[in-house]
Amino acid sequence: MPQDTQQLTTWQYIQRRTQHGDVFFWFITLSFALAVVGLVAVIGFVIWNGSELARERFGLSALFQDGWNPIRGNFGALPAVYGTLVSSMIALCLAGPFGVLIGVFLTELCPQWLKTPLSFFVELLAAIPSVVYGLWGVFVFAPFFRDHVAIPLANSVGQVFPLLGGTVTAGRSLMVTGIILAIMILPTIAAISRDVIAVVPNHQREAMLAVGATRWEVIWKAVLPYARAGIIGGMMLGLGRALGETMAALMIVGGQKSRVPESLLEPGITAAALIASELPNANDFLHESMLIFMAFVLFGITLILNGIARMLVWYSARGPVGSIRA
Amino acid sequence: MSHANQNEHPNITLKDLKPFYGSFQAVYPVNSIFKARSITAIIGPSGCGKSTVLRCINRMHEVVPGARVEGQVLLGDQDVYSHTIKPQAVRRRIGMVFQQPNPLRQLSIFENVAVGLRLDGMSKADVNVRVEESLRSAALWDEVKDKLNHSGLALSGGQQQRLCIARAIALRPSVLLFDEPCSALDPISTLKIEELLVELKQQFTIVIVTHNMQQAARISDHTLVFLVERINDVHRGVLVEEGETSQIFTSPQDERTTDYISGRVG
Repeated sequence: MPQDTQQLTTWQYIQRRTQHGDVFFWFITLSFALAVVGLVAVIGFVIWNGSELARERFGLSALFQDGWNPIRGNFGALPAVYGTLVSSMIALCLAGPFGVLIGVFLTELCPQWLKTPLSFFVELLAAIPSVVYGLWGVFVFAPFFRDHVAIPLANSVGQVFPLLGGTVTAGRSLMVTGIILAIMILPTIAAISRDVIAVVPNHQREAMLAVGATRWEVIWKAVLPYARAGIIGGMMLGLGRALGETMAALMIVGGQKSRVPESLLEPGITAAALIASELPNANDFLHESMLIFMAFVLFGITLILNGIARMLVWYSARGPVGSIRA
Repeated sequence: MSHANQNEHPNITLKDLKPFYGSFQAVYPVNSIFKARSITAIIGPSGCGKSTVLRCINRMHEVVPGARVEGQVLLGDQDVYSHTIKPQAVRRRIGMVFQQPNPLRQLSIFENVAVGLRLDGMSKADVNVRVEESLRSAALWDEVKDKLNHSGLALSGGQQQRLCIARAIALRPSVLLFDEPCSALDPISTLKIEELLVELKQQFTIVIVTHNMQQAARISDHTLVFLVERINDVHRGVLVEEGETSQIFTSPQDERTTDYISGRVG
């Protein structure tokens, strides 16, 4: 019967469409996703392989030895590891609270008309190339910081705390690097804080308001605790960026590779800056292998931190579904 | 009623109350009295402004950007919109329970009840006493006494809602406002909350917004019926009738109330 034929055709059509479409789509997305895994594996393998010579000669102990002098065959990487961690921590300590407060202002306190322009400026900060930050740091910020902050600081507080003392000659230092890195990671932390605070359900704020909380108490006791995991995730992403930042660090860190600076106001070196600056001179296998080893260490730190951040962001996004009111 | 009683169990009086969103007046002026130690129900279809009116009473309306209020809300004989009174003080005397059970996600069951007390810096011993007392009043103590440090989210929806009631009671308010407290709950949890409300009316002036007419009929003493009035495409809530609940449901005076209650509109 005609009607039966019609139905059969429709049935077969649906059968065909559902069979191949989804399988094809599934296959494409799966292979793209697996490609990322492959990429990480390849990069990891290359770095692991390339650093074999250095790993066999020095092992992890190189990371805890002072003094980098390729000509004499000394490859103590402690100044670079120390400089990387210290400059990133300075950056995080400055940009963390600053960024969270920007996020709080943008979501909780900012008048509607100011929101878009302010967000635009925060995102603009993220769009500036790092070499521009480096240039600004070298020619403007570092000299200013030396004359108005570093020298007075070293002459007063520095007499008691060696970490802020020493003889300040150059403008370039771990401290200046940390501050510039802070400016660079600030938009990341501010934007993520803004986004995770914005998804805090309104009923959580109302719960606090209804027991007579002030705006500040609502933010402090309901909003920030709820968004805590996501905010930490944002800080971790910022930290990851600070750890790996090369160009700006190279330009303003000072290039002091041979020893760990006693003071934060003295020049130092970071792992990324070390690799970039030595690459043209790495003429023997050991030197080259050592640089790849540094890359391996940096890669490991960044990967671990990013993994933690991903987990935290995922965890915070998984909260209960919120609603406002009828 | 003596004057002292009046202070402890105050009526709520709405005088020419007009809630605004920006320049838009959402509800026609409301005049009414919600009696102490009784349950007043506010019923009406979606968009009739019943929640808005409720939120004006404890100054939660103005939390929405651009929202403001004209007219008066009296707690006893005190205007809660007086310039000498802070909204935070009003909200501590007039507690509120919301549609969605909203325990604070990061806090334990105990801390959820204690959160308002802690804002005042109440001593630890006093907090302990008050939390237990509030959980008992909210008929939740026996169910949670062994897991006070667990997350509030581990409780069922009905238990969460009673936890929110305990949080409001802990501040010893004079008035409790309920904004569709059962709309997210199953029938058994709903029944428990209703029984609890009838219990609580001995101590509090209770106002409940509900879209459930049977609920209003079951528990309330006094009922206000709001409807939406559409004039020239402008939708505005209007109080069409109020009275004893039994009278509203058996012999409403206004034809629109009859239509609404019998299900012909709304």
